[in-house]
Amino acid sequence: MSERPAGVRDRLGGLVPPRLRDALGRLPERHQSLTVVIGMAIATTILPLVVLFPPFNGFGTQNDFIDGFATAGVFVLLAMGLNVVVGLAGLLDLGYAAFFAIGAYTYAYGASPFSGLQIPFWPMLIVGAFVAAVFGILLGAPTLRLRGDYLAIVTLGFGEIVPVVFLNADKYTNGTNGIGGVYQPELPGVGNFGFGHPLPYYLTVAAIVTIAMILLYRLQDSRLGRAWMAVREDELAAASMGINTVTTKLLAFAIGASTSGLGGVFYASKLSIVSPDQFGFVVSFTVLAMVVLGGMGNIWGVAAGAFVIYEIQSQGLKQLNSFMQGLNVPPFHLGPLTVDLASINFLNYQFLLYGLALVAMMLLRPEGLFPSRRRRAELHDAADAGAANEELVQA
Amino acid sequence: MDPGYLLQQTINFLTIGAIYALIALGYTMVYGIIELINFAHGDVFMVGSFVTLTVLTTLGGTLGFDGAISNPLLLAVVLIVTFLVAMAVMGIVGVLIERFAYRPLRNAPRLAPLITAIGMSFILQNVVQVIWGPSPVIVPQIIDVHAAIRIGDASIRYLSLFIIALAVVLMIALQVFVRQTRLGRAMRSTAIDREAAMLMGVDINTTIALTFFIGSALAGAAGVVQGLYFGNTVFTIGFQAGLKAFTAAVLGGIGNTTGAALGGFLIGFIEVASTVVGFSRWSEAIVFSILVLVLVFRPTGILGQQLAERA
Repeated sequence: MSERPAGVRDRLGGLVPPRLRDALGRLPERHQSLTVVIGMAIATTILPLVVLFPPFNGFGTQNDFIDGFATAGVFVLLAMGLNVVVGLAGLLDLGYAAFFAIGAYTYAYGASPFSGLQIPFWPMLIVGAFVAAVFGILLGAPTLRLRGDYLAIVTLGFGEIVPVVFLNADKYTNGTNGIGGVYQPELPGVGNFGFGHPLPYYLTVAAIVTIAMILLYRLQDSRLGRAWMAVREDELAAASMGINTVTTKLLAFAIGASTSGLGGVFYASKLSIVSPDQFGFVVSFTVLAMVVLGGMGNIWGVAAGAFVIYEIQSQGLKQLNSFMQGLNVPPFHLGPLTVDLASINFLNYQFLLYGLALVAMMLLRPEGLFPSRRRRAELHDAADAGAANEELVQA
Repeated sequence: MDPGYLLQQTINFLTIGAIYALIALGYTMVYGIIELINFAHGDVFMVGSFVTLTVLTTLGGTLGFDGAISNPLLLAVVLIVTFLVAMAVMGIVGVLIERFAYRPLRNAPRLAPLITAIGMSFILQNVVQVIWGPSPVIVPQIIDVHAAIRIGDASIRYLSLFIIALAVVLMIALQVFVRQTRLGRAMRSTAIDREAAMLMGVDINTTIALTFFIGSALAGAAGVVQGLYFGNTVFTIGFQAGLKAFTAAVLGGIGNTTGAALGGFLIGFIEVASTVVGFSRWSEAIVFSILVLVLVFRPTGILGQQLAERA
């Protein structure tokens, strides 16, 4: 099978008509970054406008929506970072929120009345990403030699321990109360970012996501990106081809962690408070669900998946509650159960739904909703994979 | 340190260790046979504690008890019924999880069953949360928690002695089953080489289902013990207990049932010791550090013989 470099068309999967796909496929590789910039610019412009129209305008003000989008951007960053680890390198990281916490606490410690320091936001973005990457390497270096499922349990433990450390090391983290009054970013021309007007946050996170996405696409198509996929698909074969598997996995871990740290810094600046309970296993699990549902290994797929899931959990379930109440369906009996649609709080079922979605996705459509071709070929049975390869060769 | 205090703490760690050991057995058996870390296993233990709650409150409602039972005959009957129900229910839950979440993915890339395992863990937690509510609930402690033998300054609770004895009996029964019976031999051969076992006429699917049944039933027994000993439960306990029990399994040598039992008691010891020394807030961090150190320096654990794959 002749392996094409992963181009634009590779990522569009089956969503786009073949002719358009071919046209896009002819775009030279160097136009990719431009495509990302244009795509993100369009999305960033359209989203705040869409919410002015029904049915969305009934759900909240434009400002509320933009505020929500800015937080959704954090989860898009997290999902893109975890995608490097899980989707590209095939390592299951169940403690991803730990790096998010480390980034957030780095900023909170560097810019809050609690420590007395007041380091500006922009350089702290880099610092937070760097600190998270260092912790990623510290955790990964001893454990990445082990086989994948041990790594999963070690990261699970790490994700559990980091909030405990932040909780107990009160001298540096202010314990349960967390660090409050974290300074918000400043930008010449815009002034202080504030709670009342979320637009600067929204634009900032859109810019960060755009840059991260360009870098991740370029990484994916680089020698390192190919090494990640080789390690994912057959570690032994990759090692025999001269790939240093430990370094390759360590880099995936560090890059994933730094993206998470970046998200953490932004999150801390936006919320203006960090506390240990914001970074529990639930966050790691949510981000994993976003990556799996979006389509492991497909950068724009997981970004879209993260955005959609975040909006569903923050807006959709709430609206579903009021929608069901509005229907006025009388309680009915389902076997021994009495079902009263109006009294169900769908927010309580959020994680049950994630759990069901994860199991169902792995059983029925392991490549995710927006699959990358290569990943789909790998995750399906040998026969399917053969067919997909043929398709690739013919194309 | 005076001997009475030392004796008392020894009993404490043996009791807590017994719970971890019972859970660790399930991890190690499943890993031994299909090389999967069953992330949902800690939650099987948690569901077991809720089944215990339901059994005890139902029986309490009909037989009229709410707390310690003084009549020894009644106590014995209630205990036997509770253990049988909890172990049978959890065994069936374990088999169902295997059937629907793991068996279809037996030949898929390793990542796939790990992800469904994590999904199952969340499903179990949230189903329990929906049925029994999110707050901690009181489980009737049918064995009197104050009844104790006094040896010098130490008071040794009958409850602790019962739990330790029960765990030891279950472990011995498991060993006898695995080593002496035909089904046990099928399990061992499947663990060593699945295809060869299949060619020798072993029904692989039944054998794996049986492994899940036994492992989950032991976790169910641990759930009963949780109710008897701590007198409460909450839908989140499976996570921490699962992590510690997994550490126990790795510490003892994953795939090795004797090792899992040994590891469970060691983790119990470490936890109690860290509390005694005054680091109780850090006990999780200590257990986790041990996990990482064991994985790095001796991935085969204390008793493990098979070399862990290092590729």
